Amino acid sequence: MSAGPRTPFGNPVVEWVDSRLPIFTMINKEYGVFPTPKNFNYFWNFGAIAMFMLVTMIVTGITLAMNYAATTGAAFDSVERIMRDVNYGWLIRYIHMNGASFFFIAVFIHIFRGMYYGSFKAPRELLWIFGVTIFLLMMATAFMGYVLPWGQMSFWGATVITNLFSAFPLVGTAIVEWLWGGFSVDNPTLNRFFALHYLLPFVIVGVVFLHVWALHVSGSNNPSGVEPKSAQDTLPFHPYYTMKDMFGLVVFVTIYAIFIFFMPNALGHPDNYIPANPLVTPAHIVPEWYFLPFYAILRAVNFDIGIPFTDIVIIEAKLGGVLAMFGSIAMLFAMPWLDKHPVRSARYRPIYRVALLLFVAAVFGLGKVGGMPADSPLIHFGDFFIFTTTHVSQLLTLYYFGFFLALLPYLSKREKPLPIPESIHDAVLKNKANSVSGA
Amino acid sequence: MSSHENLPNSSHLAQHHDHQDGECCGHCEPEPTRRDFLFMTAGAMGAIAAGSVAWPFISQMNPAADVKAMATTEVPIASIQEGQAVTVMWRGKPVFIRHRTPKEIEDANAVDVSTLRDKQSDSERFKVNPKWLVVVGICTHLGCVPLGQKTGEMKGDYNGWFCPCHGSAYDTSGRIRKGPAPQNLHVPTYSFISDTVIRIG
Repeated sequence: MSAGPRTPFGNPVVEWVDSRLPIFTMINKEYGVFPTPKNFNYFWNFGAIAMFMLVTMIVTGITLAMNYAATTGAAFDSVERIMRDVNYGWLIRYIHMNGASFFFIAVFIHIFRGMYYGSFKAPRELLWIFGVTIFLLMMATAFMGYVLPWGQMSFWGATVITNLFSAFPLVGTAIVEWLWGGFSVDNPTLNRFFALHYLLPFVIVGVVFLHVWALHVSGSNNPSGVEPKSAQDTLPFHPYYTMKDMFGLVVFVTIYAIFIFFMPNALGHPDNYIPANPLVTPAHIVPEWYFLPFYAILRAVNFDIGIPFTDIVIIEAKLGGVLAMFGSIAMLFAMPWLDKHPVRSARYRPIYRVALLLFVAAVFGLGKVGGMPADSPLIHFGDFFIFTTTHVSQLLTLYYFGFFLALLPYLSKREKPLPIPESIHDAVLKNKANSVSGA
Repeated sequence: MSSHENLPNSSHLAQHHDHQDGECCGHCEPEPTRRDFLFMTAGAMGAIAAGSVAWPFISQMNPAADVKAMATTEVPIASIQEGQAVTVMWRGKPVFIRHRTPKEIEDANAVDVSTLRDKQSDSERFKVNPKWLVVVGICTHLGCVPLGQKTGEMKGDYNGWFCPCHGSAYDTSGRIRKGPAPQNLHVPTYSFISDTVIRIG
């Protein structure tokens, strides 16, 4: 960013610009010669992939907006017109629709990478917090985007999620009516969701800038979790990681393209091709797949929390569910302070590694039950013992929070790590030696 | 008084502190100056100004006049037979009007009110005639429209309404009996204009 000592460029035009605004110097410093740990695995591709998806979503989104009408009377039809009449409208919409899913896939893997290799630990806490902020903004953006086609799932998803805010005591109703601009999800709601859906991606771009800036101050973490100590431990970003990122991106985009061209509606819900009807609730409202784990946590709290043996209720079931759902994201924000173990990488923390992989399994499990009807029986033992989807989501929710609030603090103090390599270079050599002797 | 009273008035508050930490005991309270007062009042006025500029932009999201003006709905109820129910729209929401059978009224009265989640007796749920039950057809959990209006639809374990979203069951008085919803189905403001017409709102 700053104007440091500058090496003159040979090209006179580049030199003319750079001497006035050292943008080429900056690009070279941050993306050319930038020292990057030499032991990255393919998990380190997903930041660049997420960046690519963000750009894709903005480009397709702006072009879709040129053909979309944000009123309840016209929204559904304008989307169908994009699909049938607008030149390549079907393509742009399918890229955008599936792009949301693939953006989330990239970001979920990126977050997992951070958790597994301890990238959230000092000095990268703020970098991590910017990342979780981006994730929150993405969820808000995706939710509002899903409302725009004004199908049945759009309408009822919006109704269920905005009603969450009515759970807050005293101010709940006022907040919900303020969000709606009326007494139910209606034209004013659709209109403002469109405005905000257009705005938020640019806010995300801003936070991504801060995220990358913070990354370039601390430098990247790496699979060993050991900081680079000498020039032996790093490689220049270009061409080594520009090429590796490019390769990962091609693989990712290939899978993405398979969905766009051969199964564009596989990740969506057919009910959203029925125009919104405020009088008929679909039999089974489900959010998009990337929200299912959080939706399961919301539904897991189906009991009031109060003083036992009295009628005094402190937290109603509905508020409890909402708090649990928001709390599940808050856990991510708090992660750098919940896990204080001095070793970063799960490679050298065998217990944390198992706990984290179980956590991932729990999130998948929550996603699975989140997509199923609540209270539907899974296992019967006679009439008395019935194990339902709600029970599963309650157990998994317990582990979700237990992982953050009990396991992480406990392991921070008690877990004995495996021997840590002296340096990245050492870790790489040891790996080589092992694989040679293994072969 | 201490030495810092002699400081020139133009010194900035922060310098004021530095100076004091150097010379003074380090934890004595700085004497508020005229400048501090100006800082505080200017800051307060600035906050009020910022708030009043922000308010129109926040309030424009609240229901607009035309939305609020969607006043009332009048519904003729003579044609609704015993055991039948109709759904009408009011303020963009469905309202359920049910012509209850004697059996349904009896069921609603048979419940021990103290066992209910949202404790209301049946007599608090209707006006004038127990035959007519009028409730807002929106589940108090997360706003879905419960089933049970049409013949053949699932009415839940308590023969009233059943919300398909998260499994809340309401009884023949529209009271929550099972599932996650915290409250009974709301009773809108309404009145009988005549024996056969009601006005909602």
